[in-house]
This record gives sequence, C-alpha cells and structure tokens, in this order.
Amino acid sequence: MMDNTDGNPVLKITGLDKFRGKTQVLHGVDLSVKPGERLALLGHNGAGKSTLIKAVLGLIQTEGGTISICGANPGSESARTDTAFLPEAVSFHPALTGHEQLAMFARLSGEKPDIKSLLQRVGLADAMHRRIGAYSKGMRQRLGLAQVLLGRPKLALLDEPTSGLDPISRQDLYAIIDELAGNGTAVLIASHALTEVEARTDRIAILRHGVKVADDTLADLSKKAGLPVKLRIRAAESHADQIAQQTGGRRINGASVEILCAPQDKMAELRRIAALGDVVVDIDMVPPRLEDLYRHYSNEELN
Amino acid sequence: MRILAIFRGEMLILRRNLWIFMATLIMLAFALALSFAGSAPTGTLGVDMLTVSVASMTTLSVYLAPLLALMMGFDAVSGDRDRGSLALLLTYPAGRGEILAGKFLAHIAALTIAMVIGFGAAGVIAAWFGGAGANSLLALARLVTTSIILGAVFLVLGYTLSALAGSTTAAAGLSAGLWLVFVVLYDLALLGAVVMDSDGTFTQSIFPWVMVANPADAFRLWNIAASESVALSSGMAGAAAALPGWAAPLSLLAWPVLGFLLARAAFRKVEP
Repeated sequence: MMDNTDGNPVLKITGLDKFRGKTQVLHGVDLSVKPGERLALLGHNGAGKSTLIKAVLGLIQTEGGTISICGANPGSESARTDTAFLPEAVSFHPALTGHEQLAMFARLSGEKPDIKSLLQRVGLADAMHRRIGAYSKGMRQRLGLAQVLLGRPKLALLDEPTSGLDPISRQDLYAIIDELAGNGTAVLIASHALTEVEARTDRIAILRHGVKVADDTLADLSKKAGLPVKLRIRAAESHADQIAQQTGGRRINGASVEILCAPQDKMAELRRIAALGDVVVDIDMVPPRLEDLYRHYSNEELN
Repeated sequence: MRILAIFRGEMLILRRNLWIFMATLIMLAFALALSFAGSAPTGTLGVDMLTVSVASMTTLSVYLAPLLALMMGFDAVSGDRDRGSLALLLTYPAGRGEILAGKFLAHIAALTIAMVIGFGAAGVIAAWFGGAGANSLLALARLVTTSIILGAVFLVLGYTLSALAGSTTAAAGLSAGLWLVFVVLYDLALLGAVVMDSDGTFTQSIFPWVMVANPADAFRLWNIAASESVALSSGMAGAAAALPGWAAPLSLLAWPVLGFLLARAAFRKVEP
C-alpha cells in the first residue's frame, strides 16, 4: 500500500506566470499534488484552470516559474509517459471505433492493456465496435476516461471530467477516480461542479483571475473563512415568533427560525436554544458548504 | 513503434472515409479516359500506344497527383485541432515529427495504391491494344514512381499549410492557392518572362533552372528527359536538353525532405 500523505509531490508548480498577449492569465501560481492525493482546482470560466493544465502538459509555453512532473520538464517524453489527460469536452476522430481509438492510444504509450475490459469498466462494452461519430457526449467522455486508465499514470489531469455525464455516470466516474488515487496516482480535477468535488477530493485550490486565492482542505478553508454556521429551529405550534424574538433569529416560515452564528459561538448558541425548553421541537445545523466557501474566496477582494 | 501506431490509425481512417477507394477511382477513370482518347496519333509518330499513353498521363499526373495529395493533407493538423482531438494526441509520448511521419506514411500508401492501380490499368490496356516495348514499360514505371514522389511533395506542403492555417477552412483555401500557383500560375509567369525577354539570356541560362525548381515542372522534365520517345510525343524536349540530367531528379527528391522539415517546424509551433 502506498503512503498517501508523505512523499515528494508528483506535480510541483512554483511561481507560474503565463501571458496571453499583454494580459497576464496566471500570476505566480504555486501548486503541488502528492501521490494518491485528489486536488480539486476550482475557478470561474477564464480563471486560468485550463491554461494551467495545458502548461503542465507542455502544450503551451509559459513566461515564468517552474513545473516539474516527477522531476521532469513538462512536455518531455518522461513527463508525457507519466501523465494522463482528460480534456474538457474530449473528442476523437469520428471514423474510428472506440476500440480502435483506444488501441491506438495504447500503442502510442507502449502499453499492452486489456482494452476490452477497460471499455467494459467505463460502460462502453456494447458500443466498442461502433464508430465514435455515433457516440453521445457522455459516451465520448467515458472513452476519454478509459484512455486515462491506460497504463499506470503517476499524474492524472482531468478537465471538467463530469461534463455531459448523467448522475449515475458521475458516481461511476468518481469511483474510478478514487481507485486511481488509491493506486497512488496524483489526481488534479478542474471543475465547476462544486457539490460533487466537495465530498470527493482531499484538497481544494481556487483560482481567481489567474491568482491562487485558496489552497487547503475543506475543513481548514472553512475555518479560515470564518463563515457562519446556520442553525434552523423548528418551533412548537405558534411559538415561532417568540423564539425568533428570544434568539434574535429570523422567522423563515410559519414554524421555523434561522440563526446565523460564528463557528466558535456554535456551542454557546446551542446551549441557549436548549434552555428554551419544550417550544423547540427540532434543530438542524448547516455548516458552510463549498459553494459558500467558493463564493467567499473567489469574490473576496472584489467586494 | 509510435509512427506505426499513427500509421495504422490513419490507414483505418482513410479506408473508412473511402479515401483510398475514391483516389483510386479518380486515377483509374482519368488514366483510362486518356489512354483511349490519346490512342489516335500512334501511327504518325511511330511509337507504341503505351508511350503515347504515358506522355498524356504525365500531363494528367502533374495536375492530379498534387491535387489528390493536398486533398488528403490539408486537414492533417488543422482537422485534429478544430475537432479538439489534437491536444489529447500531443499529450501522448509520440513526438510531433513522429505524428507527422505516421500520417505521411499512411497518406503516401493511399496515393501509391491509387497510382499503381490507375496507371497500371491504363498501361495494361494500352499494351494489350497497341503493344508495349521495354522502353515504354520503363517509362510507365518511372511515371508511377515520380507521381508518388510528386504526391509526397504536396502532402508535406499540405501539412505545412495545415499547421500554419488558423482553421481547416483556411487550410483548404491555402491548399487550393498553393496548387494553383505551383501547377498553373508558375508556368504562366515563366512563359510571360520568356516572351518579355529580349536578348535571350534569361531564356537560355536562367529559365531552365527556375523551371526545374518547381516540383511539378521537375516531375515533367524528369519523365520527359529520361525517355526520348515520350519527349518526342510531348514536344518538350527543348527545356529538358538545356539542363544536366540530375537537375530534375534532385529537385523532385529534395522537395519532400525540405517540405517535411518545414511541416515539422510549423507543427512544433502549434498550440492546440
């Protein structure tokens, strides 16, 4: 079993700068991913996620900083051998079948995998001998995922991997990602789908206008942001107004009251509510979601 | 072997798109039409029917080989980029030179099939009806070989344009322009220069070299210079006589190599 917490990072980026004409699209970005770690890279459209991935792949030139993939330069043969990539809205030549396309990729990477079982694993067993031109967007995405699983990549870069997938397929996809990480692959997922990556990644980095504004575990990001916890109290019949007055909360419907409190005041607030007695029927506690954190970090300096 | 992996994929694509079938059909149709249409003057020139057929097929190939090659090559890079499949391909360990080489081998294989079947069938028919000597068979073999090399030139030039163009549409337009310049306008411009030339220095010493620098003309000159009877029936012996024998072969063989290096340099600059 691989040690997933220690060890040198597979991907190490320091001070990465990238210009598009005169506009700087990446500002001194530092980022690292360790073996077996799943990192979510979040950001608006145009925040620089795809640019960062293309720089790591060596597909574009950068103007400053360094990128190392297991010690190799991006785009070098050893880096390309170690890296698997799933592009956003992946596409293939429509005249080839899924099986043929995957066989070609396998030959290119010098691997001899069991292509049939690989395609079965991503749910393309019935379609493997059909032309890709007849595939749906979700099926192309699955084929893209299958080529990520060719060989044993040390680093997997997935750009919006769930785009075009139905909810069940998304579950399958994250199961496969977990398996990759379990085998020691460092996984970087660029995504918009906040609720999905919330539970499925170890660490979260947020890019805003090419600047990294956050990079930590969900719990620590939440602590640092100090976003309020939401307490939702259900009151006994016709006592909602009374509770709202006593707690300083806000009545949200006939029988419920919502209170926002700072994370460190949470216990004190709970004791106060408990002291109210029988008029409180139920209480739910809603910690800040990734969505709230994302909004907090990605807008921080704009407000 | 990575070049082989690309080659196999491209061959599948060419076969499935019916490209090999179409190219062969086009060559066959034109070669057969020319063989039968060109069979009339055989008696007056005193050469066998295959010789006449090779002479007219040489003229045909100057137009057709570059055209077929450009049609296969113009989307080699831009097509993949427009479709969005280039970025993924480039993240695999194959180098850009290897990718181009693999595509080139597949395309040249397709052209070879088309040329051998097309010209071969015309040759068989001409020999059957009008007889064929050892010389005319040699001329036919030379025509097939040089046609494939001429195709190679325009394949790699097509790749270059494909890598330089912003889109597949632009690459198609540029390829059409390239064909027009090399195959039609170049000769017209040379003709104009000869007509304007008053004291004949240009016509005698410079003109043949400028002419042979164009791969399409080098192809024509090679086929004509090498076979007296073909030269006789095509009436282009003059220009061929003014050049040393190695000029046309050197030009035609150098072009694919230079063109490939050019295409690779252009492809290396592509950011998908």
